[in-house]
Amino acid sequence: MQNVVILQARKWFSRSLSSFSSNPLKVCVVGSGPAGFYTAEKMLKAHQQAQVDIIDRLPTPFGLVRSGVAPDHPETKSNSIELTLPENLQQIVINQFSRVAQHEQCSFLGNVTLGSSISLSELRKLYHVVVLAYGAESDRSLGIPGESLKGIYSAREFVWWYNGHPDGRNLDPDLKNTDAAVILGQGNVALDVARILLRPTAELATTDIANYALAALEESSIRKVYLVGRRGPAQAACTAKELREILGIRNVDISIQEVDLRLTPADEEELKSNRIKRRVHELLSKAAAKPRTAGLNQRELHFVFFRKPDSFQESEDRTGHVSGVHFEKTVLKGDGPGKQIAIGTGEFEDIKCGLVLKSIGYKSVPVDGLPFDHKKGIVPNFRGRVLSDTSGDPTLLEEGLYVCGWLKRGPTGIVATNLHCAEETVLSISEDIEKGMLISSAALPKPGREGLLQLLQDRDVRIVSFSDWEKIDSEEKRLGSSRNKPREKLSTWDELHKAALE
Amino acid sequence: MLSSRLPRLGPWIAKRLFTRNYASIYRGRYNQSTRNRFLQPPAFQQLSLNKLYNGAMIGKHNFLSTTSNEGNEQKETISVTFVDKDGEEQHIRVPVGMSMLEAAHENDIELEGACEGSLACSTCHVIVMDVEYYNKLEDPTDEENDMLDLAFGLSETSRLGCQVIAKPELDGIRLAIPAATRNFAVDGYVPKPH
Repeated sequence: MQNVVILQARKWFSRSLSSFSSNPLKVCVVGSGPAGFYTAEKMLKAHQQAQVDIIDRLPTPFGLVRSGVAPDHPETKSNSIELTLPENLQQIVINQFSRVAQHEQCSFLGNVTLGSSISLSELRKLYHVVVLAYGAESDRSLGIPGESLKGIYSAREFVWWYNGHPDGRNLDPDLKNTDAAVILGQGNVALDVARILLRPTAELATTDIANYALAALEESSIRKVYLVGRRGPAQAACTAKELREILGIRNVDISIQEVDLRLTPADEEELKSNRIKRRVHELLSKAAAKPRTAGLNQRELHFVFFRKPDSFQESEDRTGHVSGVHFEKTVLKGDGPGKQIAIGTGEFEDIKCGLVLKSIGYKSVPVDGLPFDHKKGIVPNFRGRVLSDTSGDPTLLEEGLYVCGWLKRGPTGIVATNLHCAEETVLSISEDIEKGMLISSAALPKPGREGLLQLLQDRDVRIVSFSDWEKIDSEEKRLGSSRNKPREKLSTWDELHKAALE
Repeated sequence: MLSSRLPRLGPWIAKRLFTRNYASIYRGRYNQSTRNRFLQPPAFQQLSLNKLYNGAMIGKHNFLSTTSNEGNEQKETISVTFVDKDGEEQHIRVPVGMSMLEAAHENDIELEGACEGSLACSTCHVIVMDVEYYNKLEDPTDEENDMLDLAFGLSETSRLGCQVIAKPELDGIRLAIPAATRNFAVDGYVPKPH
C-alpha cells in the first residue's frame, strides 16, 4: 500500500513539473546547432510550460549550419505552387531556429562555455533536464609519422577557416608554394574542401565565404587536387548530389582510373542493396569514360583509390613542411558486404604535394563529469539517456542528463537526421518524466535561467542574447551588401563581441 | 491529466472550426451544398472574388470559388488515405494540384517537411502502398532521387510527399508514413553520409 501511495505521489510530482506554472520544467540545451534547436523545438511542443535555455560557446548560434555549409552550395529552388521565396535549406533552417529562439519560453545564451564558464555538475544542479548537443569539434588522427608537419590540416579546420569561424581565423594555410593538394578521405566534407580549392574564384566572390580566404584562394597556385581513399569507389562515403556537383565544375579535368571501378562480388552485393552507392558508382563510371581534355582545362581533380597513407614526407627545402604523402597500395579483404577492409600489399607510391587535408572523421570532446566512450568518440547512451559507463547496461542512467546529435550518434548524417534524433531524445525525456524518474532531483523547483544568469554574472561572463546576435547578423549583412555578398562574416572574437555587446 | 487538457480543448475546437480548408471537419463527407450554406458570400461579391482567386492558390481557398451556378470553377478533389506508423488511417480529400505534403499539413497529419518542399531534405518521405498508383506518378528527377537516397526506410515505391501532386488518376491513393524515429537508431550497415 505504501508503495502505491509513493508511486502516486511521484506521478503527481512529475506531472506537476509540466502542467503547473509554479514549478515549470527547466531545461538546458548545450549547443545551438541543429541538434540543439530541434531538441528545444520539440521540448517546447511536448511540454507547454517548460522553460528552455540554449547555451553555446560562440556568440553566434546555429552551429555547423552557419560554419559548416559550403559557401558555394547553389540555391535549391522551390517547386511548390506557393508564393514563398525560393530560399536554400540553410536559410530555411536558420529561419526555423530563429523562431524557436524567439519563443517566449526560450532563451539563447551565447558566449557561455561548458567546462569553463560553468561546469556540467553546476548545470545539472540548476536545471531539471540537461541535454548535451555540442557536436564534435575535434578530429580523428591517423597516428602516422610526419602528421605534425606544417601544411597538414584537418578538413574541419580548413572549413572553419573559409567559413569565417573565429577558431579558424588564424589557420593561414599556404596555398602559394605548391601546385598540388592531397585530401585524405572521400566523404562529402572531402568533396566540399576539394571544390573550394578548384572552383573559379569569381564564382566564390559573391558567396559568404570569408574575405581573407577568398584573397588566399585568388592567389592560390594549387592546380591539382587528389581525393584519396583507402578502399574502392564502392566504399566511398560521398553522396550523388555532392559528387555530381564537383564533377560539373567549370574548367576542371576529372581523372579516374577505369581499372579502379571494377567491382568485387562483395562490392556487387553492397551496391545491390544501397541506392546511394549505386548512383555514386554510376556517376564515377560516367566520368571515367569521358575523354580527357587536359591542357584545355586549367585545374585537375584526381580520384585515387586503394591507397593508404603510410607517412608524410618532409621537404628538403623547407624544413618542417610537408612535401608529399607516402602511400601503401591496398586490396580489399573480407567477403561480407560492408565488411571489406583495406589490407596493405607492400607496394608503395608517393604523391607530391604542399597541402594535405585530412577528412577522415570528426570526433567529440569530453568534459569533466561526463561519461565518455573514447573508442567510439561519443557519450554512451540509450536512446538519448546518458549511461553512467560504457558497459552498455541500460539501467545505469545519469539522471536528468541526455544527449542529442553527433555527440549521441557520432559525426554522421545530414541536418534533417537531427530532427529524428531530437524526437527520440525528447521522447525519452517525456517518458522519464511520466514515470517519475526525475523525481529525486526534480521534486523541488530549480533555479534554471535565473540561477544561471546570476552565476555567470558573478563570474563576469558577458552573455550574448539572441537580440545581440541579431546585431551581429545585421552588421554582417551590411558589410556584405557593399561587396555584393549576402554577408561578410565577422570572424574574430573581438569583432564579434564588439558588434554584439556595444 | 484532464485538467491540463481542458484549456487546450477550446483553441483546438476553434482551430478546427475556423481553418480555411474545411476538409478536416468534413472528412469523407465533402458536400458542396453544405459548404455553400455556410460560406457563400453575397452574390454581388461572388463574381469579383472568383476573378480574384482564379488561377491563384485555389488549393487553399477553394471555398470561395464554388457555387452550384458556377460549377466549372470548382476545384476537383481526390481521395487520399494516409497510414501512419501504427497502422491508423486518415482519409482526406486533396484538391488537384496540391502536393501530398501540403495536404498532410492542412489536415494535421504528422508528416515532417523540414525544408518546406524545396527538395533539400527527405523528411516528407512517403511510401505509395499500391504499385499501380506508384506507376502513375512521373519519374522522380535527379534532385528528388538525391534526397530519396537519404530517406529512412526507403522502399521500391518511395517518393517525397512534396513531389507527389494530386491529379485525377491518383484518386484513392494510399500513402504510408514510415516510422523514422526508431528506424534510424537501428544501425544497419547502411552508411549515414553527411
